Amino acid sequence: MLKITTPLSEETIKSLKVGDSVLLSGRIVTARDAAHKLMVEEKPDFIREYLKDAVIYHCGPVVKQDSKGEWSFVSAGPTTSSREEPYQSTVIGEYGVRAVIGKGGMGPKTLAGLKEHGAVYLHAIGGSGSVTASRVKKVEKVFMMEEFGTPEAFWVIDVEDFPVIVTMDAHGNSLHANILEQSEKVYKDLIK
Amino acid sequence: MDLKSQILEMIRLSSTNLSTDVEEAIKAAASNEEEGSPAKNALNTIIENIALARSQSTPICQDTGALIFYVDYKAGEHEKVYIDAIGEAVKEATAKQYLRPNAVDPITGKNSGNNTGTNAPYIHFHQWDKDYTRIRFMQKGGGCENCGTQYRLPDITLGAGRDLKGVRKCIIDAIYNAQGQGCAPGIIGVGIGGDRALSHILAKEQLFRKMGERHMDPEIAALEENVLKDINKLGIGPMGFGGKTTALEVFIGYQHRHPATFYVSIAYMCWANRRKSMTIKNGEVTYA
Ligand code: SF4
Repeated sequence: MLKITTPLSEETIKSLKVGDSVLLSGRIVTARDAAHKLMVEEKPDFIREYLKDAVIYHCGPVVKQDSKGEWSFVSAGPTTSSREEPYQSTVIGEYGVRAVIGKGGMGPKTLAGLKEHGAVYLHAIGGSGSVTASRVKKVEKVFMMEEFGTPEAFWVIDVEDFPVIVTMDAHGNSLHANILEQSEKVYKDLIK
Repeated sequence: MDLKSQILEMIRLSSTNLSTDVEEAIKAAASNEEEGSPAKNALNTIIENIALARSQSTPICQDTGALIFYVDYKAGEHEKVYIDAIGEAVKEATAKQYLRPNAVDPITGKNSGNNTGTNAPYIHFHQWDKDYTRIRFMQKGGGCENCGTQYRLPDITLGAGRDLKGVRKCIIDAIYNAQGQGCAPGIIGVGIGGDRALSHILAKEQLFRKMGERHMDPEIAALEENVLKDINKLGIGPMGFGGKTTALEVFIGYQHRHPATFYVSIAYMCWANRRKSMTIKNGEVTYA
């Protein structure tokens, strides 16, 4: 298992390749549909310092607030990434994001964006909400909670040894495209 | 305990304590994948997650799904009793973080915040002749629900006719199209026959079957086994990372159809196959 920590350098990112299992530590920011739309349409500055050389996570967590007002994550697995396909590449370029975590992979536009800006797509293990929440050491901040609601807000969190797999690298390779191609051959044979 | 608390406990069990038949199937799949492969690592994380969720009583997956109840009640009982108790139990389960608020008004886009709304949770009622009541509960994730689909046979592009060979092609096609998107390895429910709506309902109800529970009809049982083997040849693997396990089970059900229609519906359930049931006899509750 490789271990990487934010802030992520372009060099570290470029050393990763499709199929690598990685444990990620450091700062990540959750962002879903509403957040991506906002980042593309209004390019807000409040989130800039948290995203530079850091990580976006497609996740709508189950959260809890204690009596002192401190937030914690109860369950926090990835959500389907393909919904952010129209926005992702622009967001990566605009904010200097080095990695995007999600599930299901993304399309050609994002793949090209990853290559252009030196970033990777990391696949979390869909459904493993309790394990991923247990790797969240601290909830630093939350933005747009009122406007977007819990699942859609920007949660700035600190993680330790968050398990992911590189499925789209900074060199134009996509595990998703490879698997699609391989399975297509078998599929055609099976339904002949 | 009152009915609401009994249902609340079933929801907690379902959301946090994956049934052992599913867990065993996932463990068997993990031992079958190559050491160090993304497939094996993914399944090992899933196994760790199942144990952790159970010990902490936290949701296995943060998408705690659409909430679907199936109530089989005794003659003379009133549905309203169950509607009220289920509604209250769902609200409390949401407040206790066993469930994420997942009921959204499609027109205003507003989340109700407590999992209730029009047809949310949805309750299928059925009166039966037994001397006890049974409530079954399913949490249907959104990601995997999007992988469900329906075919109208004959299907020319697939070359699928109105027979079991045609049905087999539909199942393989649906799983190929889903790739890893439904959080593979999936459990596949199939409904043959009925009108469009009944066909989907039948497919989804198959997901209550125990892992390894074959159809009574030997021809269907054989199809279930064979098509599962075929699906696993696709090499899509856990999460779509590649590997030997693309699906854990295929469960097929059938019902009579109109002469002019032949539907095949596919319900895709992710590995987080959260379903539980409870029976109430003389006030005594048993969970399964
Ligand atoms: S498909 Fe299932 S396991 Fe995956 S995120 Fe949705 S509910 Fe969770």
